[in-house]
Amino acid sequence: MSAPPAITVEDLTVRYGDRVAVDGVSFRLRRGEVLALLGPNGAGKTSIVEVCEGYRRAGGGTVEVLGLDPFADHDRLTPRMGIMLQSGGVHPRVSAADMLELFASFAAHPLEVDLLVDRLDLGGFLHTPFIRLSGGERQRLAMALALVGRPEVVFLDEPTAGMDPRGRYRTWELVDELRSCGVAVLLTTHLLDEAERLADQVVIIDRGRLLAAGSPEALTGMGGVGRLTLTATPGLPVAAMPAGLVAAEEPAGTYLVEGALDTAGLAAVLTWCLAEGATVTGLRTESRTLEDVFLELTAREAA
Amino acid sequence: MNGKEPAFAPAPGRAPTTTILRHQTALEIRLILRRGETLVLNVLVPLAALLGVGLTDVIRLPEEDRLGFVVPGVIGLAVMSTAFTGQAINTGYERAYGVLKLLGGSALRRSGVLVAKTAAVLAVIALQVALLVSVGVALGWRPQLSMLAPALALVLLATALFSSFGLLLAGTLPAQATAGAATLVYLVLLVTGGVMFPVPGADRVGAVLPLSALTDGLRATLTHGVAPAALNWIGLACVGMVGVLGTVRWFRWE
Repeated sequence: MSAPPAITVEDLTVRYGDRVAVDGVSFRLRRGEVLALLGPNGAGKTSIVEVCEGYRRAGGGTVEVLGLDPFADHDRLTPRMGIMLQSGGVHPRVSAADMLELFASFAAHPLEVDLLVDRLDLGGFLHTPFIRLSGGERQRLAMALALVGRPEVVFLDEPTAGMDPRGRYRTWELVDELRSCGVAVLLTTHLLDEAERLADQVVIIDRGRLLAAGSPEALTGMGGVGRLTLTATPGLPVAAMPAGLVAAEEPAGTYLVEGALDTAGLAAVLTWCLAEGATVTGLRTESRTLEDVFLELTAREAA
Repeated sequence: MNGKEPAFAPAPGRAPTTTILRHQTALEIRLILRRGETLVLNVLVPLAALLGVGLTDVIRLPEEDRLGFVVPGVIGLAVMSTAFTGQAINTGYERAYGVLKLLGGSALRRSGVLVAKTAAVLAVIALQVALLVSVGVALGWRPQLSMLAPALALVLLATALFSSFGLLLAGTLPAQATAGAATLVYLVLLVTGGVMFPVPGADRVGAVLPLSALTDGLRATLTHGVAPAALNWIGLACVGMVGVLGTVRWFRWE
């Protein structure tokens, strides 16, 4: 018997009254994988996560976490899930140390608190009441609370929001470590570099709809090459470039080509050089970043 | 990972329920005792009322036994202040801060949140009652012990009632509004709940209103050694039922 996937979401919809917050989203997360829900604020990321966490009932479609219904079987799932809320969750007068000890006491085999203090750099504010912690310190504590019970699935809602670069780096390292330990991680972010750096799978959401999904490599490779720099004879007629491609000569003899640079597009550029009788002395390609893909997709959606 | 044991290898599991509840209840008790308002509303006001009414004759009482009147009164006030006012204010803010949400999604579970809150409230009420009774006895109060069991039952019933209304406020209104409403109710009942002076109509309407039903019943049992009036029981049970049903129906965790 093979273990069920960590999370299966199929055709999920979430409504708030008449407003559709999530509309037909599907994805699957395996153990030992990191999935990033990427989208602008208000895209529906938190709604999806809250359904998976069992806080909210799915309006339509099916959601399974570790083979169970997160809403109906919530009490059975809670020890197996680690939840980091987008903000808050801790009483303002309680210290990090008290909170960690409390959450450790809920678990059958809790992590050593010292390990978390070390990994998340909590030592400097362990005995400070929550209300006096900075945003980044609160985030780190919230993450430690999500992990202390040694869960199988971890939900991180915008884990690095409000963190300084050092805190963010530490968090990223920790997410890598979770993956290598076989933990499934579902995180939301609107930071493209975070998704690109961390995720095995990126699911791009906007206005509740799934726009694209796949590994960062697959997504950035989707439309072929990002841009092409061509070194050739100066003074070629850039206006004669085939449809779908835009070229600019700057400085003389260097052409920057952008547009639909899939295999056919690349062939068309070289055909153009051949037709113009140009001598090509250099060709450099740059792959697209997740940012290019994301902006393209969300712009298309808005149009 | 330089050959280390995989530190975060999953090993989920819930600690024994009693362990979980003990830790959560201990934290809840500490949080109640640490609050500044707790000291004022739950300790200083009842003590001041006890000393003021018990030792001076500023307030005219229908009976000779001033302590016999006021000690049961302030016990009732202590129950209300902790189960209702303190509980409502604290839970309201916890709901606003997402504390209830995070705890409800942890291995504690939502039911555990409610059990721990109830246990903490009962523990704090026990401390308050012990303090007020000690002061009363030191001043010369001599309670009747023959009706101790019904007196305790009244306190438990009233705790459930005030608790449910505290949670109902906290689970439906914004935190600021909850705090305002809970304090207002405290002040109104402090004056009209039969704490420091008799309520007009105590044998009719007053007998079924929550705080006066409790203070009336405690006076009957502890001071006069007789069973509480049926109306006291009926009042507490009916109003309590409304509170519990309302809370189950309308309480929102976030």
